[in-house]
Amino acid sequence: MSALGRQRWLGPAMFLLAILYVVALVGVPFVLAFLYSVGDVKVGSVGYHFVGLANFKSVLQNPTFLRSLRNSFVFTISSQVLVLLGANILAMALKNVFPGRRFVRFLILLPWVAPVSIGSIGWKWILDSLYSVINWVLIRFHLANEFSPPMYLGEPKLAMISVILVHTWHMLPFATVIILAGWTAIPKDIPEAAEVDGAKFFRKLFQIELPMMLPIINVAVLFGVIFTFTDMTVVYILTRGGPYDTTQVLPSQAFFTGILGGDLAEGAAISLFLVPLLVLVAWLMLRSAHRAEVT
Amino acid sequence: MAIVQTRALTKVFKKGELGAVNSVDLESREGEFLVLLGPSGSGKTTLLRMIAGLEEPTSGEILIGGRVVNDMTPRERRIAMVFQSYALYPHLTVLGNIVFPLKAQGMEKGERQKKAEWAAGLLGIGQLLHRKPRELSGGERQRVALARAIVREPSLFLLDEPLSNLDAKLRASARTELEQFQRRVATTTIYVTHDQVEAMAMGDRIVVMNKGLVRQIGTPAEVYDEPADTFVATFLGSPPMNLIDLGEVTVGFRPEHFFPVTHLAGQAAVPADMRADARVGPYVPLKFRLSHEEYLGAERILYGQLEGGKFDGKPAVSRMSSTHGAVYESGSVHAFAVRQEDLKFFDREKGTRTEPVPLS
Repeated sequence: MSALGRQRWLGPAMFLLAILYVVALVGVPFVLAFLYSVGDVKVGSVGYHFVGLANFKSVLQNPTFLRSLRNSFVFTISSQVLVLLGANILAMALKNVFPGRRFVRFLILLPWVAPVSIGSIGWKWILDSLYSVINWVLIRFHLANEFSPPMYLGEPKLAMISVILVHTWHMLPFATVIILAGWTAIPKDIPEAAEVDGAKFFRKLFQIELPMMLPIINVAVLFGVIFTFTDMTVVYILTRGGPYDTTQVLPSQAFFTGILGGDLAEGAAISLFLVPLLVLVAWLMLRSAHRAEVT
Repeated sequence: MAIVQTRALTKVFKKGELGAVNSVDLESREGEFLVLLGPSGSGKTTLLRMIAGLEEPTSGEILIGGRVVNDMTPRERRIAMVFQSYALYPHLTVLGNIVFPLKAQGMEKGERQKKAEWAAGLLGIGQLLHRKPRELSGGERQRVALARAIVREPSLFLLDEPLSNLDAKLRASARTELEQFQRRVATTTIYVTHDQVEAMAMGDRIVVMNKGLVRQIGTPAEVYDEPADTFVATFLGSPPMNLIDLGEVTVGFRPEHFFPVTHLAGQAAVPADMRADARVGPYVPLKFRLSHEEYLGAERILYGQLEGGKFDGKPAVSRMSSTHGAVYESGSVHAFAVRQEDLKFFDREKGTRTEPVPLS
């Protein structure tokens, strides 16, 4: 076979692997989930009956689901706002040259490199009702009542805050690295020109630097939102959705209902709730990233 | 309007190393076009950045309009700078770029608009106001950068190689325009370049720098005709001045001052007041063995060696108008000459100018 002929099938062949991979690991489960969500499948059941939107209807009538839906938004939005603020501040500090910068950069990256489950277990100990080091310190400094210290994972509000903060801790390095890359991509001349033009710190930041980084910040937010919306690790390890399902988010509830509870159909319906939302987020972000071009 | 002074201004980037700028004393004049000229790494840009307030001096003082500005931010110095890359804000329109400094001043909107239109009109970019920088050509970007600099009527213009990103043809016309523009606004301007043609053409005075030191300050004619040292002598002029070591001194003469004796004889035949070059003084005859010639259209450059006497074997270059039609064969020897007064003498060790010594 000629070299040209070989090339003709080599490309599609290589491509096929990628397609197979996506079809097997994304396409099939997605179709399956869709079929489950309009059927009556339970773990161990045989046969399949089409039930239309019954699963969705029942899910929507479930107060726990509505709470999870709300929590998912609270969890995602607040952790992303914190991540974005934190990452910008960190990136601003790290872009300057100072002694020990490499070491500090390494330290900041650690939470991202460490497996999220291990990190979360560490946090579970830190926030534990009996052995919390935070409470130990607070009590020593007489900032907390020794006999009823705050139960970080046992009180609904504190538990939600804990989950959000631990997730923020985990996501921060990734966003910092992306934003740092964005910052270093701005030619040095431009912020300098802004200074010469008389702009002070905030004008330079908000009118020149951040707008120039917007496409890159969008990427960070897009990834952050999707990682957060679909993540259940932190919730699962820290609180298991408790106390009383007050920290349940959609992915964890889908898991508890479908896998642990055995109601595959309802679990599928819950997880499919995420799809249109994620598609919308992705579309919005890609569009805005496309629009704001950096030369 | 203001004058700029620097006093023993020094910038050392790395301790223990030679400074990028070493003890520079400068004083501009009111409304002057002052050019900082030097090869790359000569410290000219660092000097400009210190005046702008973008770089902190290691020691020394900077004065603008008589006030020490060392501790002032660029904003407080009331300067405008045009960067080599133009540093336009890519996400803003041309108008957005031009009004940015006015916004930073807190000028109200109507006034801003008027000023921006004035500046845009001055530079002929009125029709581009709603474009983004990436939609502009190099020349247009340069004008926008200038408009952004002029719009708030600064007391001082700092220009960092603003023409180096333009193609050769555009550069020549932009040079003339920029020069006329500066004359019209009459704002003291400090212009950094490594291009001697730009420096000679535009500068009221030229500051020649090398290795962080000022080698000479003077008008274009002064630095070209009376170079203070061998660096200035060889940096200016293309081809550079011929330098020939001779005992304690180095003798220098410009290639255009080194010409065939026949040429001189022809001149002598013309009545004194009609000669192209009125000076016909005593001259030093030199034997010149030609090795090769470059024909550059308007002029011819002859490369070769001097022969006989003290100068035997020393390389030399002659530059003459191509209207001089004589043919010089490679390897042939000719009688050339340099006028006595065109010879410059330098201390061989230090490279600085010294008194003329007799050559015979």
